[in-house]
Order: sequence, then structure tokens, then C-alpha cells
Amino acid sequence: MGTIGEAVRRRRGGLRAGAAGRILDFALIAIIAIFLILLGTKVVAQGGSFFLQILTFAVANGGIYALIALGYTMVYGIIELINFAHGDVFAFGAFLSASLLPIFGLREGGTFTAGSVIALLAVFGLTMLSCGILNISIERIAYRPLRHAPRLAPLITAVGVSFFLEGVLFLWKGPSNVHYANIIPNAGFEIFGATIGAKDLLVIGVSIVLVIGLALFVDRTRLGKAMRATAQDRDAALLMGIDIDRTIAATFFIGAILAGAGGTMYGLYYNTSVFDLGFSAGLVAFTAAVFGGIGNIYGAAIGGLVIGMIQSFWDGYFDSAWTQVVIFTILILVLIFRPTGLLGMRVPEK
Amino acid sequence: MALLEISKIDVFYGRVQALRGVTLSVDAGEIVALIGSNGAGKTTTLRTISGLMHPTTGTISFDGRQLQQTKAHEVVRVGICQSPEGRRLFPRMTVFDNLMMGTYARKDLSRLQDDIANVYSLFPRLKERTKQLAGTLSGGEQQMLAIGRALMAHPKLLMLDEPSLGLAPILVETIFRVCTDINAQGMPILLVEQNASKALEIAHRAYVLETGSIVQTGTGKELLSSPDVQRAYLGM
Repeated sequence: MGTIGEAVRRRRGGLRAGAAGRILDFALIAIIAIFLILLGTKVVAQGGSFFLQILTFAVANGGIYALIALGYTMVYGIIELINFAHGDVFAFGAFLSASLLPIFGLREGGTFTAGSVIALLAVFGLTMLSCGILNISIERIAYRPLRHAPRLAPLITAVGVSFFLEGVLFLWKGPSNVHYANIIPNAGFEIFGATIGAKDLLVIGVSIVLVIGLALFVDRTRLGKAMRATAQDRDAALLMGIDIDRTIAATFFIGAILAGAGGTMYGLYYNTSVFDLGFSAGLVAFTAAVFGGIGNIYGAAIGGLVIGMIQSFWDGYFDSAWTQVVIFTILILVLIFRPTGLLGMRVPEK
Repeated sequence: MALLEISKIDVFYGRVQALRGVTLSVDAGEIVALIGSNGAGKTTTLRTISGLMHPTTGTISFDGRQLQQTKAHEVVRVGICQSPEGRRLFPRMTVFDNLMMGTYARKDLSRLQDDIANVYSLFPRLKERTKQLAGTLSGGEQQMLAIGRALMAHPKLLMLDEPSLGLAPILVETIFRVCTDINAQGMPILLVEQNASKALEIAHRAYVLETGSIVQTGTGKELLSSPDVQRAYLGM
């Protein structure tokens, strides 16, 4: 992977060596500086407690995007496919967990006890497992038969799977926004005038645990090493005795359990979901993965956090109608100045 | 019965036939060289033995097992490992991690330290670079690592595909010397080479492959003195 990226980078490298390159660099820094100054004046005008409040939302929002972005980047890393259906697996997680909550006795307005924690864990577990199985099935049915087909074929198939899943979710709960039970107590603590709620802590805490867990898994375990090896050279991985089909399936599974956790937390945090949630959230998360350097899990985690924070800060301090414009402008700028993303590969391939 | 026996295999890329009735064998303790020009089917032969491709007809038997339809990730468990053409390292893993990937299919990891020490004594350069990413190594070091990684699999048969390709003459000497050293430890080697004279010097036996067929076979010395081989591959 990365041969096109490498070529682009080499061309850019040539360009950047000239004066034009320095002007472009200066322009990027100027744009970032203007944004920060704008933000700074707003922050000063509206006070520290508001800033802290937005920061809390921003980190929680970023955590959810990070979890989704990881699934995009892992699948891209191993088979160079942008799994457009991934966002819909996330939305499926939100829908499924919404239906599971009452089954496990978790209802809006109910008291939250120690038993509720266990019930919530069960909802998380079942949702994550179901998303994992769903994504493995997608890979088995839709992508694996096309593994040796031209690259456009699985890509278009992924778009098709995405529409299919959105159709299923549409039939399941209809076209409008669906309320998601607000079961997390509103308790929280105040710090410098900002309220940090149980929800914020839940989302931030679970995101951190899952991202660290994934990093350790990929770095330390046998399957994690097989995944990295397969991503770097599939034939070589086969020659070392790695079962490629199993490893790719495992990658889809792990990406999807993170999306399942993200979907559950999205519902718990925002108390709403909609059948095409996967499209909008997926697009932003995919942007985050590219922003961080697609194929790199640390990049996806950081990219998700940063994009989520930009979104929340823009929503909080500026006009939210422009938020998507800002996010994609940033994506374009990153791709112009760093085509491989923030943490894109810097090591020669061969 | 030989360790590896390939009998009359035909292999196709789509509709293009790459191997035509190739028959060859490797005995315990031997270095067998497979020489031939570009596109003759040398790499295809190794890829087929490794299970990356499968013959449409013919048989591959190894250590008493039929391998012609065995999947690639199972072949290494039977005891065949190769250092592939172009080295095919894991570029974003360290030298050490690449060596450890070689042990992926092994069940018995008891002598791991000895195995690492053995690879490092064959290639002291690798020891110096143990924490370096494989993608940042020089071509010669990458070749050493590819051979080392294959050795870490504890194969009963080691296959080397073009180990001297693109290397400086002094490194070519090193690689061939190490081949004979490894073989002296008892490892059978199936060696694919374009550098025919070097390969024939160290090989016990050799086969000449031309457009997918074996056209000549004999001991390394016989082929070195064969007029056909001299004219076609040794530039005499």
C-alpha cells in the first residue's frame, strides 16, 4: 500500500523544495493561526467555564469518532478497501442497543443501581458481538468473493452494502429520528463552573480503554501481529503460515466491535439515532481516519479525537451550519500538505 | 524416496501456461539449484511448492505428504519455508519482529534463543540492527533478514529465491558462503538463481528451466562444464 501516496508525496516533495512550497506552508500556518486567534477571542469573550464545558463535549464527541475511525483504518490497512458500510454497522449498534436496553431492564426514569451497571455491560457486550458478527458476514458474503477483482468492484459493493443496511434500519425504525432512552443518571460534578456529567465520563473513559486495548492487542498478541504482517505484505504473511482469510475476518470483527461500542455510546450520549446516522457519522469518521493517516490506528484515534473536537468547538463557538464545511476544508488542507495524513507512513515500503 | 518430489506439474496464470510437466526432486542434505533465464518459471516453481499457486496436474510430495492442493499457510507447517523473490520483509516491523514472524507457524518454541543466536552468528550485521525497521535496511541486509526469517521457521527444506539479486559482489559472496554454511548444518536447500555460475559451484545437483520445462539436469559440476549451459547461462 502507499505506492500512490508515495508517488504523490515525492512530487510534492519536489514542489515543496521551491519557493512556492514555502508560501504554501506559510499559508497553512496562517490559516491555522487565524482560526486559533478567532477561537481565542471567542473563548476570552465567553469565559472559561463555557470553554471547559465545550471541551468536555468535544473530547466525548471525539472519542466516539475515534472508535468509528479505527474500523475504517484497520480494514483499509489490511485489504485497502474503504468499507463504506462501516458507518452503518455503527448505526446498527445504536439501533440494536436501543432495543436491548429495555430487555435488560434499563428504562428512562428508572433508578440506576449496581445491577444497572451489569445490565449496561451486557448491552455493550451483546451489541459489540452482534456488530462484529454482522461485519464478518458482510466481509464473507460481499467482499471476500471480490478479493482478486479490480479494486473498484469491492468499493462499489461496499457502497451497495451501505445502502442495504440503511434500508434495513429504515424498515426497522422508520424515517425519522428515534429517541434513545436516557438511562445514564444526570449526576455530575462541577469544576470551574462547568458540569462534567456521568455520560461524559462514561464516553471518555470507555473510548480511552478501548483505544488502549486495541493498541495493546495489535502490538502484543499473536493475532495482532498477524494483522500487521498481513497489512504489510500479504504473500509474505502467507509464507510465514498466517491464515489470511481468518486474519482479515478478525480485522472486520474487531473494527466492528469498536463501532458497536461507539454506536451504543452515541445513543447513550445524544439520546437519539436515525436510520442514516451511519452515513453522516461514517463520513466524518472516515475523514478522521484519512486525516490521521489511513491504515494507521494511532492516526485514526488522534484523527477522530481532533475532528470530533473541531466539530464541537465550531458548533459551540461559531455557526454549526458551517461545521461540515470546516471539517472537509481541513481534510483538503491536510491532503494538500500531507497527502499521507498526520501519521502517514514514513517508512519505505520495500 | 526423496524429501521433496515434484512430478509432472502444470501451472497456469489464467490461460498462460507457466510450467509444463516439471519434475524435480530434492534429497535430504542437498543443495539443489534451479537455473534459467527471466520468465523461465523458476519463481513460479517455488510459489507452487509453497502453495501460493496450485498445479492443474501433477503431484508434489514432501516428507510423505501430498502438497499439490495444500494452502500456503499450511505448507510452512509441513516444513517448507522460503525466502521469496524481492525479500518481501515486513517493512514497518523491526529486524527482531521480522525474525519472530518466521516462528509464527512453529509449535515448539523451546529453542528460540538458540535460533536467534544462530541467525545472528550467520549474519552479525542483523544483530547490530535488531531494533531497526526492516524497510530501512540496505538491500544486502534485507536479504540476510529474509533468509534469517525463513530459518526461524525451522524448515525441513529451505527455499531461496534469487538471494543474490541486486547485491554488491562482496555481499553475493557472503550470501553464497552462508548458503553452504547452512547446508553444512544439515539443511537441504532449493536455490533459484540467475547467477548460474555461483549457484552451480555450490549446488550438489541442478536443473535448467527453459520456458516452463526442465531441459537439463545433472550435478553442479556437470552443468558447469556443459557446453549448452556455458553458452546460455555462463556467457562463455
